[in-house]
Amino acid sequence: MESEYIIELKGISKYFGNTCALEKIDLSIRNGEFITLLGPSGCGKTTILRLISGFEQPSGGSVHIGGDVVNNVPPEKRHVNTVFQNYALFPHMNVFDNVAFGLKMQKVPKPEIREKVMQALAMVGLQDLAGRKPGELSGGQQQRVAIARAVVNNPLVLLLDEPFSALDFKLRKRMQLEIKHLQRKLGITFVFVTHDQEEALAMSDRVVVMNQGSIEQIGSPVEIYEEPANMFVAQFVGDINVLKGEILEVTPSDLPDSNHAYLARIEGQVFSVHSDRKFNTGDKVNILLRPEDLKVEEEHLEQAPFLAGEIIETVYKGATVDISIRLDTGLELTAAEFFNEDDEDIDYTPGERVAVTWINGWEVVLLDEDA
Amino acid sequence: MKTRNPLIRIFILVVAVWLIIFALVPNLFLLLISFFKPDGHAYVAVDFTLANYQRLLTPSFITIFTDSLRLALASTLICLLIGYPFAYILARAPLRIRPWLLLLIVIPFWTSSLIRTYALINILQNNGILSKLLELLHITSEPVSFMYSEFAVLAGLSYTMLPFMILPIYASVEKLDARLIDAANDLGAGNLRTFWHIILPLTAPGIMSGCILVFLPALTLFYVPDILGGGKGQLLGNYIQMQFTKPIPDWPLGAATSTILTLVLLLMVLGYKWTLKISSQRADFDAEDEEYAGASNIPLQPRGACGLGTRIVPRRRRVSGADAGGDE
Repeated sequence: MESEYIIELKGISKYFGNTCALEKIDLSIRNGEFITLLGPSGCGKTTILRLISGFEQPSGGSVHIGGDVVNNVPPEKRHVNTVFQNYALFPHMNVFDNVAFGLKMQKVPKPEIREKVMQALAMVGLQDLAGRKPGELSGGQQQRVAIARAVVNNPLVLLLDEPFSALDFKLRKRMQLEIKHLQRKLGITFVFVTHDQEEALAMSDRVVVMNQGSIEQIGSPVEIYEEPANMFVAQFVGDINVLKGEILEVTPSDLPDSNHAYLARIEGQVFSVHSDRKFNTGDKVNILLRPEDLKVEEEHLEQAPFLAGEIIETVYKGATVDISIRLDTGLELTAAEFFNEDDEDIDYTPGERVAVTWINGWEVVLLDEDA
Repeated sequence: MKTRNPLIRIFILVVAVWLIIFALVPNLFLLLISFFKPDGHAYVAVDFTLANYQRLLTPSFITIFTDSLRLALASTLICLLIGYPFAYILARAPLRIRPWLLLLIVIPFWTSSLIRTYALINILQNNGILSKLLELLHITSEPVSFMYSEFAVLAGLSYTMLPFMILPIYASVEKLDARLIDAANDLGAGNLRTFWHIILPLTAPGIMSGCILVFLPALTLFYVPDILGGGKGQLLGNYIQMQFTKPIPDWPLGAATSTILTLVLLLMVLGYKWTLKISSQRADFDAEDEEYAGASNIPLQPRGACGLGTRIVPRRRRVSGADAGGDE
């Protein structure tokens, strides 16, 4: 039976003693995709990786690789390879022998090993350093050796466990691009683990947002960012403003891409909001707005409805300006605007009165579970 | 290592002077004496000769030498076979109980090893603890004695020397990064091959220092064979001691024997250097090493598959410091 999924986790639970690391996880990974497990530390993302690589056995459920159940298959017999956090290169072997290790274990003939290893090293641009030992390489070079050592075995799936955490910002950015290109070129499925939401959005075809042993949302980077499924995803991925609201009335939708429209009281003002979700009159809701979706303007009475407030401070960030605003109701918001030297509107001073609005339909409305 | 700190340089100087006066010079004297003629109560006659070494070529000395060597090798092997798994488990034990386990290994040192060797008699003698145990398990039907046998000597030597094997191996296993074992498994190596290719080479210096620490004393630890072996055969230790203390001393013969022991030691130190190279983290540890030199001479293969890769990653000649993230 051919499945479009190369890896399937079905009803996976994992307990360490009495601590629950994963609770009834279902996850299907498509052949050839770049999927990222994103979440704060301790959310279970590394445990999923170790279940796939075989270093952990599930307490319940089954792990499928290429259609076969592999629950009891040890790591050395699985056709997956891992790029470890901090690389775990063999310090006593030179670069060539490190990369050749997996092929040697598979008893590949020597001339073929040499050819494949040199190809892999050329791919990561390290063919000149084959005779070096890991201790003599920089962090970025070690990182590339670790990648070459894994992909040279042509695995069904490549697992990457926070591979960039030891690199500085600039190198990190470059390695992100390199990895992404490499994945496209090789066509191998990549399962990437990170706690860096920006990295996850930049690299992945799909992102799995995890929290406390459960999956909160699976979706493309755009879906995760634009349509967070719940408050955790909304607040973990990117900055977001949360406004408290109450549904006053269900109204016919006037926007083509939203199924429902409502009148809602938000911070004392009545706004029209749109959502695919169904709410009832009287529901308490959270209105979520990204900083870049907010519009900040000088206060005019005729532009109602708007949220009135005053500027606390502006932070110049080069391409954008972050504007902190305190509403008259006391709530603080952050807005981000592209910096434009010629735009006089953006030249706010603390204490200045402003009106905050947003583009109709860009808001995300979620039921307020705490209310 | 070069250092500019004057205080440290003074310390190094003091240690060096100390070693020269109390180790190097006496050994040189010994070497010198081994080439002089014996002269009864005047100890030595200054007259160059190779006769002392020739005198060691007698069958009786060769028997002593090979017996000692065999016993020392056997007890080193026993210590290694017991000590390695012991040290490995110790180094992987939960951090909470590790210091206590280490303490248990060190505690016997608080008792003189001579006394501990006498204590072994209680275990090994006729009707001793071991004999009783074997009777209890119905392996033997009557009391047996293990005393005055090579088994007793080996048991004594191994017991006395075991901690010297465990401690250096423990230190090298503890340093071993457990993630390397994960990585080897991940790349398709089972437990046996992981041990052979990763764990063994990386703990080789610990094994070698353990072997040196066990082998050399075992070669000269004369009271264990005396007590447990019944003094049946002489070992190198007693032989050397005797040359200096017998009624008509023969210093040159003792010196020649010592010199041979020193040569054995030097050979073992060379072996230790070799294990350091195996586990070395630097390719240029030894310029003569052909394997590493060979790998860097592998011809470049400009293949089609490299096209994109080389475009993404501009190849850089500059090696260290090319990437800002260097964490050496």
